[in-house]
Amino acid sequence: MEFSELQRIAAEYQAQRKPIRIRYCHAAGCQSCGSLAVAEALQREVSAQGLTEEVEVCPVGCMRLCGRGCLVDIQGKLYERVRPEDAPSLVASIKDDSITPTAPAGSYDHPFFAYQLPIVLENCGKINPEEIDEYIAVGGYQQLEKVLHSMTPQEVIREITISGLRGRGGAGYPTGLKWSTVAKMPKTPKYVVCNADEGDPGAFMDRSVLESDPHRVLEGMAIAAYAVGANQGYIYVRAEYPLAISRLQKAIQQAKRREILGSQIFGSTFDFKIDIRVGAGAFVCGEETALMASIEGKRGNPRPRPPYPAESGLWGCPTLINNVETFANVVPIIREGGEWFSGIGTATSKGTKVFALTGKVKNTGLIEVPMGTTLHRIVMEMGEGCADGKKVKAVQTGGPSGGCVPVEYFDTPVDYESLKSLGTIMGSGGMIVVDEDTNMVGLARYYMEFCRGETCGKCIPCRTGTVQLYQMLTKILSGEATEKDLESLRQLSALVKETSLCGLGQTAPNPVLSTLRFFEQEYKQLLKS
Amino acid sequence: MSVVTLKIDNVDVAIEAGSTILQAAREAGIKIPTLCYLEGVSPVGACRLCLVEIKGSDRLHASCVTPVSEGMEVFTQTEKLKEYRKMLVELLFAEGNHICAFCVSNGNCELQDVAIEVGMDHTRFNYRFPERDVDLSHPLFGIDHNRCILCTRCVRVCAEIEGAHVWNVAFRGAAAKIISGLNQPWGEVSSCTSCGKCVEACPTGSIFRKGVTTAEMKKHPDYIEFLHTAREEHQWTR
Amino acid sequence: MDKIRFATVWLAGCSGCHMSFLDLDELLFDLADAVEVVYSPVGSDIKTYPENVDICLVEGAVANEENLELALKVRRNTKFVVSFGDCAVLGNVPTLRNVLHGPDPVLRRCYVELSDYGGQIPNAPGIVPKLLDKVQPLHYYIDVDLYLPGCPPSADRIRDAIFPLLRGEKPVMEGREMLKFG
Repeated sequence: MEFSELQRIAAEYQAQRKPIRIRYCHAAGCQSCGSLAVAEALQREVSAQGLTEEVEVCPVGCMRLCGRGCLVDIQGKLYERVRPEDAPSLVASIKDDSITPTAPAGSYDHPFFAYQLPIVLENCGKINPEEIDEYIAVGGYQQLEKVLHSMTPQEVIREITISGLRGRGGAGYPTGLKWSTVAKMPKTPKYVVCNADEGDPGAFMDRSVLESDPHRVLEGMAIAAYAVGANQGYIYVRAEYPLAISRLQKAIQQAKRREILGSQIFGSTFDFKIDIRVGAGAFVCGEETALMASIEGKRGNPRPRPPYPAESGLWGCPTLINNVETFANVVPIIREGGEWFSGIGTATSKGTKVFALTGKVKNTGLIEVPMGTTLHRIVMEMGEGCADGKKVKAVQTGGPSGGCVPVEYFDTPVDYESLKSLGTIMGSGGMIVVDEDTNMVGLARYYMEFCRGETCGKCIPCRTGTVQLYQMLTKILSGEATEKDLESLRQLSALVKETSLCGLGQTAPNPVLSTLRFFEQEYKQLLKS
Repeated sequence: MSVVTLKIDNVDVAIEAGSTILQAAREAGIKIPTLCYLEGVSPVGACRLCLVEIKGSDRLHASCVTPVSEGMEVFTQTEKLKEYRKMLVELLFAEGNHICAFCVSNGNCELQDVAIEVGMDHTRFNYRFPERDVDLSHPLFGIDHNRCILCTRCVRVCAEIEGAHVWNVAFRGAAAKIISGLNQPWGEVSSCTSCGKCVEACPTGSIFRKGVTTAEMKKHPDYIEFLHTAREEHQWTR
Repeated sequence: MDKIRFATVWLAGCSGCHMSFLDLDELLFDLADAVEVVYSPVGSDIKTYPENVDICLVEGAVANEENLELALKVRRNTKFVVSFGDCAVLGNVPTLRNVLHGPDPVLRRCYVELSDYGGQIPNAPGIVPKLLDKVQPLHYYIDVDLYLPGCPPSADRIRDAIFPLLRGEKPVMEGREMLKFG
């Protein structure tokens, strides 16, 4: 496989395409509202109307406005809530402008799309994720080829460092620094791990990327492996994502067949293999040390750090572990250059961030915006506030590890530092909108119930503290608590936060502390006088 | 081998590089409470009782797994640490069914000792009163899960010293439980050699020798250290 | 000078703490000099808990409605409440039934399954107090001013805890001698 071969594949693939394409979303969101049946109806209609020569019905990844699925795009026109019975008019409208399709028309000029800057999602909703040639046709794997033939590992790392990319898993550790640490470790073998154990309630960014553009992640991992000197990669993905798993499997198979994964990639001396490890449904396995234990076949328990995975990870070897979205950012950075990437975003948070906008918001879906976009723009303009005329009260970022931001602070630009100063975190990108009817104590208890069920049980504060915190919140909600209980709640939250072994416990009290900070009145109203 | 010097509670300590803060503190005669730590098996940093403050760091560090470094200033007895340790022990008492009055280990129990050390006179937390079982299927020993604090000392001693891997942890969170074999009755686990190391390693009355009654079960956790030293350094010293 | 109004109360416990209290032996004379025993199963015949009590030692966990009523009354009428012994402090042995889902299995076992003939669960409203769903330590229901653990606390420990109180000082509850449970 050489560069010319990539170009040949791309050209051949383009040549066999038909001029008119009906794209339909076949990611999990739209599939759940029947997009496969819609596709079948569209295909049938194309045949019936004798258009098979010029029209093809193409499955693509997530088209982002998930709340209005099934989504269908016909030559740049968006249709929402498409049902199979809309197929005749949709197909007929291709040739006859006077026919108005029965499905509601959407608009890419809507703020939901207009404010987006797709970098990670640039191919999402455009290409068929199950077809490697389509990825190659949009320039896929060219950056890997470029890196292997014209860049040293140090140059790759320098580019990533210049870009200012920070880990998209939540903590925001500088990616370039992490890569160079692993690269400098003398011990071999080394490993590259992709953390796809997205487990926050309401988060579906990584799932969408894997379902929509899996090759992008594989290419990013391969570039990372070349940069740090690894020859084996693992993608740790949760079993709850069957579609993402099957697409990843397909992608790896196809990449192997095209000799893009395997030995002597692009005729270089670089070998790289990727295997999938399927998690068994434990939230804590998203914590990197627990994740690695799970890959090794052990119980997914976290262990104290240091040593960090960069020094001693999988089987005691240096391991680079990044999140799906981080790896998905690698290809554009190599293609456009680190300088270009660092020109996007804010002073400390570069590039874009993908968010899963959900909860009591009118426009539910996947968005990618430049860092520094305000919460107001995201929730009120792109999301258009609440669906049923209710008032937006707050937005929860970072899931069970994060906190809420009340509507008064919606002029906050979304970046790692601003969110931290409000007592919440960027997290992996879940954004759950809360309306005026939501009881914030109940919200805090919901997240505590989640953590109580997901703590691994290894360290005392997390195992026993989450149970006690949940009981205290239940007592407050039942109206039986006193001022003293509120004080105990604060004390215990501080203990769990400060003494827990891993990130799960250290962040588990955040929803409590955050709602106490901004909505203390709601707690006080529930106290027994 | 190089030596580093550090300050623990304003006492100057010199110790081999690579040692942990806990080892340095013990060598200097400074007592830091522990429960999951057991000399002779690998540390896991799970009980969090040995947390210390280090100057220049805003986090708390488990001294059993944190290596010393030159010029480090460690504080082991700040007000915050004392309060947190007390709360942690109180949480443990609220979690299981710890009834000292008729426990085989009454008077010889590390949990009881730690409670005294941290000054716990009651628990502020509500008791969970969990339903837990007792396994008496082994001919020599028994395990009472009501008294288990999930320190995993039995798991580690069986895996690392005896090499039998009888014990492990199953389930998550509040349901987490020490299991034998593939969650079988202990007596049916054929890999158990009946060596009794788990009995000596267990800090509470959870794993005990059959036939002992209240306050009769005396454990010898230093036996594990003896075995480890004998094996690794060929020194048969008690 | 008015004597300190002193009481001891026995809730769900075995009375072992009271026995240990009597083990103060000759110190009981010193105690008698300093206090007036206004209520106690071992030191007074008064059947109703009086008002204006200065110090009260409460033995036992709270297991039935009568225990609870008395505990609440003790708190209302007493300046300084001591949680006396492991049952009051920790719940201890009486809490063993808590894992059995309510009092019914215990009552059935005692009064029906183990009876020689015609067993029945006692039911005399107003006379036999009903068992609470769960047995709890004293501080679950009322604020406690001092915890005096032990099963039972030794006479020495009781001495070191209550004699400072008589002098108006708070005892130092530290170390094995004062704090060991069991």
